Amino acid sequence: MELLLQQIIAGLATGGIYACFALAVVMIYQAIDHFNFAQGEMAMFSTYVAWQLMAWGLSFWLAFGLTFVFSLVMGAFLYLVVLKPVQNASALSQIVAFIALMCIFNSLAGTIWDYSVKPFPSPFPETALFGALVTGHDLGMIAVTLIMLAGVFYFFKFSTLGLAMRAAAQNPESAQLCGVRVQMMTALGWALAAAIGSVAGMMVAYKVFLEPNMMYSIILYGFAAAIVGGLDSPAGAVAGGFLLGVVENLTGVYVPGGSELKLTFALLLIVVVLMFKPTGLFGHRVVKRV
Amino acid sequence: MMNRTDCASCIRATLAATVLLAATGAGPAAAESQGITEDTIKIGNIVPYSGSASAYGNIGEALKACFAMFNEKGGVHGRKIDFISLDDGYSPPKTVEQARRLVERDKVAAIVDVLGTPTNNAIHDYMNRKKIPQLFVISGAAKWGQPEKYPWTMGWQPTNSAEAHVYARYILDTLPEAKIGILYQNDDYGKEWLEEFRDGLGDRADALILAEEPYETSDPSVDSQIVKLAASGADVFVNISLSKFATQSIRKANEIGWKPLQFLNSVSASVGSILEPAGLERSTGIITAQYLKDATDPQFADDAERKEWEAWMDKYYPSGDKTNSFNVFAYAGCHTMMHVLQEAGENPTQESIMTAAGNMKDVAIPMLLPGVTITTGPDDFYPIETLQLVRFNGTFFEKYSDAIDVGKP
Repeated sequence: MELLLQQIIAGLATGGIYACFALAVVMIYQAIDHFNFAQGEMAMFSTYVAWQLMAWGLSFWLAFGLTFVFSLVMGAFLYLVVLKPVQNASALSQIVAFIALMCIFNSLAGTIWDYSVKPFPSPFPETALFGALVTGHDLGMIAVTLIMLAGVFYFFKFSTLGLAMRAAAQNPESAQLCGVRVQMMTALGWALAAAIGSVAGMMVAYKVFLEPNMMYSIILYGFAAAIVGGLDSPAGAVAGGFLLGVVENLTGVYVPGGSELKLTFALLLIVVVLMFKPTGLFGHRVVKRV
Repeated sequence: MMNRTDCASCIRATLAATVLLAATGAGPAAAESQGITEDTIKIGNIVPYSGSASAYGNIGEALKACFAMFNEKGGVHGRKIDFISLDDGYSPPKTVEQARRLVERDKVAAIVDVLGTPTNNAIHDYMNRKKIPQLFVISGAAKWGQPEKYPWTMGWQPTNSAEAHVYARYILDTLPEAKIGILYQNDDYGKEWLEEFRDGLGDRADALILAEEPYETSDPSVDSQIVKLAASGADVFVNISLSKFATQSIRKANEIGWKPLQFLNSVSASVGSILEPAGLERSTGIITAQYLKDATDPQFADDAERKEWEAWMDKYYPSGDKTNSFNVFAYAGCHTMMHVLQEAGENPTQESIMTAAGNMKDVAIPMLLPGVTITTGPDDFYPIETLQLVRFNGTFFEKYSDAIDVGKP
């Protein structure tokens, strides 16, 4: 029983990483109705910017704020310069543009800051809690994720801007006819997604260390968490992240040979969820008029 | 396009060889001493100067600087070394292309110090088919020492297996009641390492090992593995992890207050790139195995070999970083090659080079640790099989045990 509890708590701590990033995935999906494969690398790049600011002597929270603003601008800029020209092209062309962005950010970060592993500071106390199962940083990261979740939830549910953005993503033509400035909304969506990604990056970088490839595996789990929870549900994505962390840990302990098959079980979870609930555990059914 | 050019050149090479064979009627004899003229010996090398492994390109630069020093001193048996170093970006197909260029176009006498396991793997058969020595492969895999099957290939550094056996022997000798927890990378490297370590512990393995935790390179972090190892009650931590996973595991163990005796695989025992990001204080007490002198270690401050090495750095490689261990590695590797060429006779051939490489008896090479020498034989293609345990004291690795020789793996 104690082992079970230990593994659940440790799983929640890891799940916090996935949840944080899944939220960023949902944000961009809400804004553009696609996955953005460059999301992880954009977050990584923002995290490097924060690292650089701190290397120049700024405090954590000041660097955090400046990076957040930088990411907002970077997101909108990328949309206007790179993606706007291809937005009416096929989905495949857009995906190619995302993958190109991914490679560009990865190489750019490697060229500017080299490929060595760098430590990233945590603003939270380093004390170990609950019999050393989680650290102050784990709790702080989970708290930041939940605060962001509340913000995103409020934004989409209760603000006019959020509503306009959802409309612009789901049905651009009708939205335009209703007076929504679709391109403006999409640019704003990119900006917010990049900013949320940068927060996720700055939170997980302490745990996984900063290097140009730090997001490769996290983005996989982030997508998985978002799919399990439901791509149109921020709360679902966060829940999906925690669920993934716990399931992964429990299979490692209770399934024979499970510690070698953790990733397999996590991905199996996605298949099972999609078989029975194609829109994810918390997703809404979408009815499209043909 | 590349392929077509390649193929054209290979057809041309074949044609040329056929013509030569027909003209002289003594093809094999001519091929035997390829790359060796009256006053030069051509030596090839391939390392990644570009791409994500480009940090290792440093080895090529240092080798070049070292051969330049020997050339200035008059070379070997009156011949200068013509050193050609090419870039493969750590991509095996590119390694094949460059090896073929070196062997067929540049006609080198031998290639030395090619970096990496997958890259050397890609040219292993080719070099042996061509009968051109592939010497002092930079990789810890055991496969570079199979003289009966691959008589033209030889490793240099201690194999991963030798390192695993050194730790196992130390634990058996000094910590007979150890409770061991192991973290390993779930791939060929980690599994082979684990197997060799268990082999070293012999029939005590199951009694001493409490927990084994694998991690995937796709895992974002190894935090949960470390929590499990700590919970197992282990007091000896054998850490077989690479790059950022090594950094993460060192910090996490410390963070949760787990203070075992930690053995860290030597590929990760880099102060600058692994321990410093994890925290120097957190890394204090980590034990690893070494065979080269650490140029930053104050105990060697007045060491004659180290001073000579520093003078070489100043004169021939002034832009090089003296804290970078690759510069020590390349220096020792180049001295080994020069020893082999010296022993290969007045008129060396590919065969005499391999015979000399396979016939070293307690050869002392500058910058190897005291007690570490090179010994090979016709059926022993593992040059260095001695390691010394060292312990990190917060600034550098200090001596922890005498040199441990584990002989053949």
